[in-house]
Amino acid sequence: MNVMDTRATSAMLYLDGVHVSFDGFHAINNLSLTLAPGEMRAIIGPNGAGKTTMMDIITGKTKPDEGTVLFDGTVDLTRLDETRIAELGIGRKFQKPTVFESQTVQDNLLLALNVDHSVRGTLFWRGSKAESERIDKVLETIRLTDARNRLAGSLSHGQKQWLEIGMLLAQDPKVLLVDEPVAGMTDVETHLTAELLKEINKNHTIMVVEHDMTFVRELGVKVTCLHEGTVLAEGSIDQVSSNERVVEVYLGR
Amino acid sequence: MTPHILTRSLDRAATAFVLIVAAVGVLIPLSNLLLPQGSMFQVPTYLVALWGKYVCYAILALSIDLIWGYCGILSLGHGAFFALGGYAMGMYLMRQIGSRGVYGNPVLPDFMVFLNWDKLPWYWYGFDKFAFAALMVLLVPGLLAFCFGWLAFRSRVTGVYLSIITQAMTYALLLAFFRNDFGFGGNNGLTDFKDILGFNVQAEGTRAALFLLSCLALIIAFLICRAIVTSKLGKVLIAVRDAESRTRFLGYRVESYKLFVFTLSACMAGVAGALYVPQVGIINPSEFAPGNSIEAVIWVAVGGRGTLVGAALGAVVVNYAKTFFTSGPLAPYWLFMLGALFILVTLLLPKGIVGTFNSWWETTKSRNGSPDADSAAREDGVGAPNPAE
Repeated sequence: MNVMDTRATSAMLYLDGVHVSFDGFHAINNLSLTLAPGEMRAIIGPNGAGKTTMMDIITGKTKPDEGTVLFDGTVDLTRLDETRIAELGIGRKFQKPTVFESQTVQDNLLLALNVDHSVRGTLFWRGSKAESERIDKVLETIRLTDARNRLAGSLSHGQKQWLEIGMLLAQDPKVLLVDEPVAGMTDVETHLTAELLKEINKNHTIMVVEHDMTFVRELGVKVTCLHEGTVLAEGSIDQVSSNERVVEVYLGR
Repeated sequence: MTPHILTRSLDRAATAFVLIVAAVGVLIPLSNLLLPQGSMFQVPTYLVALWGKYVCYAILALSIDLIWGYCGILSLGHGAFFALGGYAMGMYLMRQIGSRGVYGNPVLPDFMVFLNWDKLPWYWYGFDKFAFAALMVLLVPGLLAFCFGWLAFRSRVTGVYLSIITQAMTYALLLAFFRNDFGFGGNNGLTDFKDILGFNVQAEGTRAALFLLSCLALIIAFLICRAIVTSKLGKVLIAVRDAESRTRFLGYRVESYKLFVFTLSACMAGVAGALYVPQVGIINPSEFAPGNSIEAVIWVAVGGRGTLVGAALGAVVVNYAKTFFTSGPLAPYWLFMLGALFILVTLLLPKGIVGTFNSWWETTKSRNGSPDADSAAREDGVGAPNPAE
């Protein structure tokens, strides 16, 4: 994928005037946000700000009541289901690490590879050298080469987070949505994760939701602060964290 | 924790399973036919039929394990597919009776004559041909499962809701088949069979052949299931079972996978039913009873969910126990015992007999620390699936 897309003016992800309510609760309220190709964006915001709901909308899990959600400038995501959206090239890492616990690390990656996902394709699947090389490469990137034959369920919390990021890499999507990648990680792991995401950002567009300010600062990217389902502030981490309203609602002073 | 040990030992278990079933399938009929009656090693004919029944149940259990153990679809109505396969075979056997029926009508089965029907309903056409009936054995359960699954999986009906509607499905069929005007013999069902492919169904030779065929069908069903669960498709099924929405976000069309195994499993259940009917000599609507389907799920739970071998073993063990206890003074208490068995297995052996044995084997192995484990793991390439927990 070309990082500096020729259509740099057209956004990779484009959300405009999106509304979602659950039983009268407005989870997302007139949310507008654009993500440029090759960009990495950090999304912050207090609990209930609508961060995860926004990811649900982009990945097709939740349908918005109104508003536009465009992918790659042309595809209307509100009309598609999860499978189709994943096939288009939007990958997602969940807040709670969700790996296939009863399968091995490398099988988890094998399942994530963006190859033929049809019933027939998987039934008559034969491993290829290219596939195992890709898996090897991902294993190396996420530092789990030694654990390749271990069951994913036996990994530590941090390793599961990495495995899930690795599954995203194997999926090789155009856009990665990463929900709280460093939750429950040690400082060292957090640091390594930031490095890992920066590395991945070299040829992928990324949206990261994270609470950990040290981590967001380390990423050094544009930050969007959500509050009550709408964008409160946008800019560098210093700009956003010095914004009075952000301080008020988010930092709770 | 090296899963390939488990896989390899399972592979060995799979080979052993096939060999044992093949040996049983050959030796029991041989001993029945060749050894003199009354000899210590001679298997009496009634036992051949009884064990033939167990083997059919084992196929049904396999079909349930494929969807429940590997894909997490708990069908509490699989008895319906079994019974439909049975009815398809029963219809063939009815048409073979011909003019030897009580009323001597060359075309109409006795119950139709009794109901004053003057011609064969259209859905009985073709069942005088074995090939057509055999096709229907696969097609009718398969088609029902396909339509049912298409609607249910596309609407994302899962878990307990799916289990409940499968129960409703088999119950609805039970009520329908009880009706005389439905054209399948009402509550008496289909019975008094004479010939199958020109052979007398009561004859010892036919019974022995049916037993052998049932064992063969069990082996084929097992090999098909084994091929599926060890393929990449099997990994996807386990992924669906463990984290369905995650699998969807990876770009898998989960409902297609579910539909595929559900339909295949229904066809297998149909074959089991078709082999069952000539051996027990009757098929009636009670085979659709919801309790039967639940019992079949218990076999799988007892033997070990997600192990295939365990499902077959569970079917034989529980049914042997059923025969043993229901023929003695304990007969009135059998249902209580079955219920207690299910509760005890759930509490004490949640992985079932084979699952528990596998984990025990795994811990013993890893405690002894097999040195060749890691080197073998590397050669393993992309790896094989491990069975369900």
